[in-house]
Amino acid sequence: MHEVSAAPAAHHGPPTTFIRKHVFSTDHKVIGIQYYHLALVAVVIGMVLSWLMRIHLGWTNAAIPGLQAISPNGAPGGVMTPEYYLQLMTMHATIMVFFVLTTAPFAAFGNYFLPIQTGAEDMPFPHFNMMSFWVTLTGFLVLVSAFFVSDGPPLAGWTSYAPLSAIGKAAGPGQGAGQVIWATALAIFCVGQLLGALNFISTVLDMRCKGMTLSRLPVTAWAWFITSCMGLTAFAVLMPACILLILDHVAGTSFFIPSGLVINDQLIPHSGGSTLLWQHLFWFFGHPEVYIAIVPGMGIVTHVLMTNMRRPMLSMKAILYSFWALAFLSYMVYGHHMFVSGMNPFSSLVFSFPTLMITIPSTILVLIWIGSLYGTKLRINTASLFALGFISMFVSGGVSGFFLAQPSIDIMLHATYFVVGHFHMVMGVAAMFGIFSGTYFWFPKMYGRMMDETLGKIHFWLTFVGTYCIFMPFHYLGWAGNVRRYAAFTDDYLKPLIPLHQFISVAALITGAVQLIFIYNFINSRFRGAPATANPWEGTSLEWIMPSPPPWNNFGGKDPVVYHDAEQYGVKTASGADYIMQNSPEQAVSGADGD
Amino acid sequence: MATTLPPPKPEVLERPDKSRNGSTGNGGWQNLVPIEGNFRTIEEYSPPPSSSAIWVGIAAICMSFAAFTSALIVRQGASNDWRHITLPSVLFLSTMLLVASSVTLEVARRRVAAYMGGVQSQVASSRLWLYVTLGLGLLFVAGQYMAWLQLRSQGLYLATNPNSSFFYVFTAMHALHVLGGLAGLLRVIRKLGLGTLRRSTLNATSIYWHFMGVLWIYLFLLLWMRI
Repeated sequence: MHEVSAAPAAHHGPPTTFIRKHVFSTDHKVIGIQYYHLALVAVVIGMVLSWLMRIHLGWTNAAIPGLQAISPNGAPGGVMTPEYYLQLMTMHATIMVFFVLTTAPFAAFGNYFLPIQTGAEDMPFPHFNMMSFWVTLTGFLVLVSAFFVSDGPPLAGWTSYAPLSAIGKAAGPGQGAGQVIWATALAIFCVGQLLGALNFISTVLDMRCKGMTLSRLPVTAWAWFITSCMGLTAFAVLMPACILLILDHVAGTSFFIPSGLVINDQLIPHSGGSTLLWQHLFWFFGHPEVYIAIVPGMGIVTHVLMTNMRRPMLSMKAILYSFWALAFLSYMVYGHHMFVSGMNPFSSLVFSFPTLMITIPSTILVLIWIGSLYGTKLRINTASLFALGFISMFVSGGVSGFFLAQPSIDIMLHATYFVVGHFHMVMGVAAMFGIFSGTYFWFPKMYGRMMDETLGKIHFWLTFVGTYCIFMPFHYLGWAGNVRRYAAFTDDYLKPLIPLHQFISVAALITGAVQLIFIYNFINSRFRGAPATANPWEGTSLEWIMPSPPPWNNFGGKDPVVYHDAEQYGVKTASGADYIMQNSPEQAVSGADGD
Repeated sequence: MATTLPPPKPEVLERPDKSRNGSTGNGGWQNLVPIEGNFRTIEEYSPPPSSSAIWVGIAAICMSFAAFTSALIVRQGASNDWRHITLPSVLFLSTMLLVASSVTLEVARRRVAAYMGGVQSQVASSRLWLYVTLGLGLLFVAGQYMAWLQLRSQGLYLATNPNSSFFYVFTAMHALHVLGGLAGLLRVIRKLGLGTLRRSTLNATSIYWHFMGVLWIYLFLLLWMRI
């Protein structure tokens, strides 16, 4: 037997120094964990920012202890100014979307498990992979540095619409240096993610082990592959947009700034730019970004549910085609973010149609998940609970998408809390539930120890109830006409809604505090959890054939050979197990759908 | 469905000792790493990752320049401040330099292939042609710089009008990518000297370099017609 060449490449030898092992590591697993830790730090910062905003929205004149020390100008006496509220909102969204929802489900889990699930020893370009993380971290540090410049971070929102984002200091606090820092950070982030996507795609195309045909790839590997394709094309568009925005700031160009703009009695010395141009470029990236955040979660949910219900999905092909359909349509629908932007109304109609169409693959996915669950004895553990929670959030948040997809309704709802509720549930919380599900599921493999299931279940139920308490009322607020991005509600028609805001704020504080249970469980289990076996959940994919945690070279210098897809659950085998590992040549006695 | 009793032992492919090539880095585990630094013994089993990765990278670059192009078209239609400028004449020369560099790179590639086939005398000439390519690439970048100087002498700066803005942005972004290609060429020359060059590395670098030429011709035509 000599089917490999005389001299296969080792991607890298075993790391010998602490720096090479834990800091500047080319090992995809270490890089995955580094991404995960970055996401943990980012999510804590993002959550604290949301707490500050929620306290202010509930009790507008209340002084927040310590806030003045952080920003004397933004919060004199501890009470935040409207501008500071917008600055916190901008940073909350930017940190969450880019450094949590993109890095955790895609870059962190993808880096750790994609090469393993394809049977590779590492990614094809480990040094690019290492650069990908360090460039992303640099982007994060640059972004956070906006808190420390004199005017503070930008206030133009994570979408940074021009001309507000382009004209500089005259537009308000943070719109000078802060906004340039924001655009620079995102451009850096794009470079990091492009390097990552390059590696992911090459891994799936070229690094699969013997027998691992594309149709045998586990669903998570497919999800990361499809997400990489989206990332490659979306981040490649955001970067030019950021470069043009930076030039408008520092070089005096007029890409996005129109003529004759007077701000604070000051004529802005730019002319001829197109404000809609920014929105087109941004949302061409921005909508695929939504699916970059959610598709890995969908893959994780499918993977976790299948393992725990001990039965293949009703149709894996339909799931994969739906992923592809979501990816393709995500580029067709971006204009639905611009129904009220002054775009030609006929364009709105054109964008409305594919937006309604994108509900079809989403619905197919949900129906397959629920249909496959029907009649099974689901193993209830924290990972499967969060997978169910994902479906619940995705459906609850997705239903409001039907309304928003139609320009005539969206015009009324666009600037209200209805939209805030919609996207927080459908892509924010749902993606977070996907991350939690993946964490509880793969923690034993990543760290070699089990997480505490009791604490995990408490964490799930409190988070599940808490997030509904926070985000469901948002929809009602939207119907009631509560505008978004307001720092305080002083209009008569908004005053009766303040008690509801206070309820939401309390729910947000409690739900946020509940996450401390998760962090305790994560850290405590890391050092004191019960030792994990190689395959604690009785899964079939290749990550479960190696010890927990895996050695530096994954398969111990041997290449696995794959005989099955990863859906061999609920089968009868000679050994009595109800599943067949992908690398086992054993055939099912009955019950397998084989391949 | 047939049952196998007892099941056969899982098949594993034993991999040879890695100490020989532990530091060789990327390139796919299947093959293609020189044994004892002699690349003529390489057998190609399957395309190495760099052959698909280079196309993935090119796809990303295409998306970026498509975004820039759409920005130009939208910006031109957005206002009536579009002022046509005459392209600096040095661009015609630098275009020819870049096209010529693609030709010399192909010559170099054939020489390397002949060397891999066992013609020892080809190694010096292949290195020479690679250096010629590198020189032409550097001259191209210098030509772009000359073009900026020519525009500057006409009083056309980055922010003078939208046309000049786009001209500087397009040429600067392309030149940055060309510099990346020059770094790749340097890497190829170094590996050729060390005897560790893989054909896949040379092929990927060549594809990227030719793409730089194609991209420039596209940008040149776009600038010519629109600016």
